[in-house]
Amino acid sequence: MIGKNSVGLIILILSVIISPHIITNDYYLGSLIFTGLNILVCIGLCLLMGYAGQISIGHGAFVAIGAYGAGILTANYGWSPWPAMGCSMLMAVFVAVILGIPALRLKGHYLAMATLGFASIVHVVSVAAVDVTGGPSGIINIPRPDLFGYLLDTDTRYFYFVWAVVIIGVYFAFNLIDSRVGRGLRALHGSEDAAASLGIPVTWYKVQVFILSAVYASFSGSLYACYVNYIDPGPFDVSYSVLLITMVAVGGLHNIWGALTGAVVLSLLPEFLSFISDYLRLFGIRYQQDYNTLVYGMILLFIMLFLPEGIFSGLRGLLDRIFSVFKKSGQASLERESAVPSSGQSSGPSSAGKPLGGLSGHDQ
Amino acid sequence: MTNNILDLKGLRKTFGGVEAVAGLSLSIEKGAISSLIGPNGAGKTTIFNLVTGFARPTNGDIIYSGSLINGMKPHAIAGIGISRTFQNVQIFPNMSVLENIMVGRHLRSRTGMIFACLVPPVLRREEKRVREDAEKQLHFLGLAQYAHAPAGSLPLGSQRMLEIARALALEPGLLLLDEPASGLNARETIAMGDLIGKIKAMNISVWLVEHDMDLVMDISDHVAVINFGSLIAQGAPADIQRNERVIAAYLGG
Amino acid sequence: MNLIDIIQFLFMGIQRGCIYAMVAMGFNMIYNATGIINLAQGEFVVLGGLMMVSLTMTLHLPMVLAFVLTVFFGVAAGILMERLTINPVKQPTVLRLVIITVAVSIITKGGAMIFWGKGSHYMDHFSSAEPLDFYGATILPQTLWIIGILLLVVAAYIFFFNFTMAGKCMRACAINRDAARLAGIDDRKMVMLSFALSAGIGAIAGIIITPVIQMDYGRGAMLGLKGFGAAVLGGLGNSTGAVVAGILLGVLEALGAGYISSHYMDAIALVILLFVLFVRPSGIFGNSEAMRLKEF
Repeated sequence: MIGKNSVGLIILILSVIISPHIITNDYYLGSLIFTGLNILVCIGLCLLMGYAGQISIGHGAFVAIGAYGAGILTANYGWSPWPAMGCSMLMAVFVAVILGIPALRLKGHYLAMATLGFASIVHVVSVAAVDVTGGPSGIINIPRPDLFGYLLDTDTRYFYFVWAVVIIGVYFAFNLIDSRVGRGLRALHGSEDAAASLGIPVTWYKVQVFILSAVYASFSGSLYACYVNYIDPGPFDVSYSVLLITMVAVGGLHNIWGALTGAVVLSLLPEFLSFISDYLRLFGIRYQQDYNTLVYGMILLFIMLFLPEGIFSGLRGLLDRIFSVFKKSGQASLERESAVPSSGQSSGPSSAGKPLGGLSGHDQ
Repeated sequence: MTNNILDLKGLRKTFGGVEAVAGLSLSIEKGAISSLIGPNGAGKTTIFNLVTGFARPTNGDIIYSGSLINGMKPHAIAGIGISRTFQNVQIFPNMSVLENIMVGRHLRSRTGMIFACLVPPVLRREEKRVREDAEKQLHFLGLAQYAHAPAGSLPLGSQRMLEIARALALEPGLLLLDEPASGLNARETIAMGDLIGKIKAMNISVWLVEHDMDLVMDISDHVAVINFGSLIAQGAPADIQRNERVIAAYLGG
Repeated sequence: MNLIDIIQFLFMGIQRGCIYAMVAMGFNMIYNATGIINLAQGEFVVLGGLMMVSLTMTLHLPMVLAFVLTVFFGVAAGILMERLTINPVKQPTVLRLVIITVAVSIITKGGAMIFWGKGSHYMDHFSSAEPLDFYGATILPQTLWIIGILLLVVAAYIFFFNFTMAGKCMRACAINRDAARLAGIDDRKMVMLSFALSAGIGAIAGIIITPVIQMDYGRGAMLGLKGFGAAVLGGLGNSTGAVVAGILLGVLEALGAGYISSHYMDAIALVILLFVLFVRPSGIFGNSEAMRLKEF
C-alpha cells in the first residue's frame, strides 16, 4: 500500500513539473490552478468524510474564512500575505472548535446541518456586512504573495506553488492515514464503541479531523484570494459546499486518490461541457452553463447508486480485474493483500459468518 | 488490601421505568476467571456496559483496583486497564486483521496528529514497535495467515478471536468477555476455553458473561448468577450447579 | 416597543412559521420512517409553489383544481424520488443516503431552473390581496389561509397516524422496524409512503406561501434548512414539537428582522438552529435518551 501511494505521488510530481511546459495557455493553466485549490479542500474533506465518517455540508465556509481573512487583512490592513493566511487559518480553527465540539458529540446529521447552517450564515454575513467584507462587491487589490523574495506573479509560478502545496497536502494525508491517529480514525468509522473501548477519545478525534479539514480549506481559500486578487461572496455560497461533497463522493470517499480524482473531474467538467456543447448542438441540445448544476447532480446520483465507492475505486477495480486476467491465481492474492488498507467498505458491524472449523487456525 | 480487582457496590441502573440492575454488589477476584450467568434479559450486558463506561450508574459504586470509576467515559476506562469484547462482534471491518490489533496498541503508543502528518511511517520507530507487538498477538491467537485480510471477511469464530487479540493488545488488567462462545461450535468452544486459560496464565483477570454452561463450569474459578438485575447466587461452579434458586431461575421463569 | 409593531411582526412570523412547521413535519415523517434527514425536503416546497404558479397563472386553471393537481404532483415527485433513488440502494449506509438526498436536491433545483427559469414567480392570493386591519396592525388574508390550511394539515396528520391502518403501520415501523416486519407490515412501502406524504405536505407549503413571497427555483435550500431547524428545535421526530417550534422560529425570525436588522434575517433563524444544536440538541420537546437511540 505504501509502495503504491509513493508511486502515485511520484507520478503526480512528474505530471506537475511537466504540465506548464505542455499547457502554455494561461486560461487552461488557471483552470488547473483552481483544480489544485479544490483538491486541497477535498483532501481535508476526504479525511473527514471517508475516514472519520462525518459529513460537512458547509466546508465552503472555511474556504470563505480563508479567502476573506487573507483578503481583508492584506488589502484593507496592509498585512503581508503569509501572516494574513496564518491568521485566517487560526480563525478557521477557532470556528471548527466552536462548531465541532458540540456538534460532534451528537449523531452525524447534526454536524451536517450545523455546517450547512453555518455556511449559510457566512454567506449571508459576507453579503450584508458591507463595512467588513465589502458586501456584494467584495474586496479588491489583494496582492500576490512572494516566496522568500520570489514573487508569485505569473500563472506558471502560481501553478507550481499551488500544486506543490497540493503534493505536500497529499503527503501529509497519507502519513496521517498510516499512523496511530489514522488507524484511530478508521477504527472510529468502523465501530465507535469498539474504538472507545480501546482508548480512542471519540469526540476529540472527530474534532481534530474537523479542525484539520478546516485548515486545509482555509489555506485553499487564502491561496484563491491571492491568486485572483479580489473576492466577492459569489463563489462561497452553499452550492460550492455541496459541490465539494460531490467531488469527494464521486471520486471516492474512502481514498485520498479518490478525492483527488473527483476534484479533477468536477473542476474540469465545466470546461469539458462547454467544449462539447458545440457537438451537442448537432443533436439539437442547446447546452448552457446553467445546466452544469443539473449535470453535477446527475453524476453524483449515478455514482452514489451504481458506483458508491467512487470513480477511483471503480477504475482500480477494473484495472485489478484486467491484471488478474493476465496474471493467474498466485499473483491475485498479492493484489488483494496490498489493496486492503486504504480502500474499504463503510458498512457497519460485520454480519455473523458461518463458523468454520479451526478456531485456532490449526487445520486451515 | 483486598485481593479484588473490581468491586461493585449497590450498583443500580434504571432505564425510564425499568430497573435493569437492582442494587448489585459483587467482587471480582484478581487473577481469576469469574463468570456472570443468568437468563436472558437478566441485565448481564448492562452490567458490563456500566463497568466499561457505556452507561452511567443510577446509584452505586464501581471500584477498580481501589479507585472509583463511576461515570468515566469508555476511552478513559480503557486507559486504566479494563478492556472488553462485545456481544455482537465489533471488529473494524474496514481494516485488515493486523491493523485491527494495532488499534489495540493505541494506548501503548503516543504519536499525535501533527507528528503523524509530518513524519512518514517508515521513519517512525514507534510504528515499527506497534506493528511487532500486534504481530505477537496475531500469532498468539493463531490468526497469522489472516494478517492482511479485511477483518470483515473472516469467519465468525476468527472474528471473535480477533476481537480478543485486539483487547489483549491493550495489555489490560481486567478483560471483560461478552458471550465469547456465542455462535461457536463445540470444538471452537473448547479452543476458546483453552485460550481463556492462557489469558489467566498471563496474570490478566477475566470476567465473562456466557450462556454455554459447559464452558462456564469448566473454566471458571467463580460464578455469579443474576436474575432480574439482582444477584441470586455466587460461588464455586460446583456449588452453583447444585443451587436450587439458580435451577429455579433457569427453569422456572 | 410599540405593541402594534410587535403584533405586526407576530403576524409576519406566524405566516412564515406555518411554512417552517410544515417543512419540519415533512422532515420528521421521513426521519421517523428511515432515520435519514431528507436534504431535498425544501425542493418539494419549491416544486409545489412553481407548479401551482404554472397551473393557475399560465394555464388559468381554477384555484381548487390546481391545488389538488399540484398536491398530486408533489406526492408523485416524492414517490419517484423514493423509488428511483432510495429504494434501489443495496447497502444503505446513512452517509450514502444523505448524499443521495443532496444529489436529488441539486437535480431538482437544476431542473426547476431550466423549466421555470431564474426569475421569481408571482401567484394570485387565494382570496383578496388587501390587508385586513387588526387594531392598527395589518394582516394579509393569505396569512389566514395559511394558518387555516396548517390546522387542516395537522388535523389530517393526527387523524392519519392515529385512526387509519396505514398511519398506525407507519408508526409501528418507526418504533421498531423488525417487529413491524414480523407483523406483516411491508416496511419498504412505509418508506415510500413517508416520502409521498412528506412531499405532499411540502407541496402544500409551497402553494400557500407563494402568493406572499414569490417562489423562485433557488428557495429550497434555505426553506429546508429553516424547516430542519424547526424540526430540531421541536425535537427531531416529534411532530407536535415541530409545529410549535416552526411557528416559534418564524416569530423569532420576524422579531429579529424587525428589531435587529432585516439584512440578517435569514441568519437569525440559522443562529437559532445552531444555538439549539449546541445547548439542547434534543429540542424543546425531545427526549435525550431517545435521541441517542436513532442511527447515524
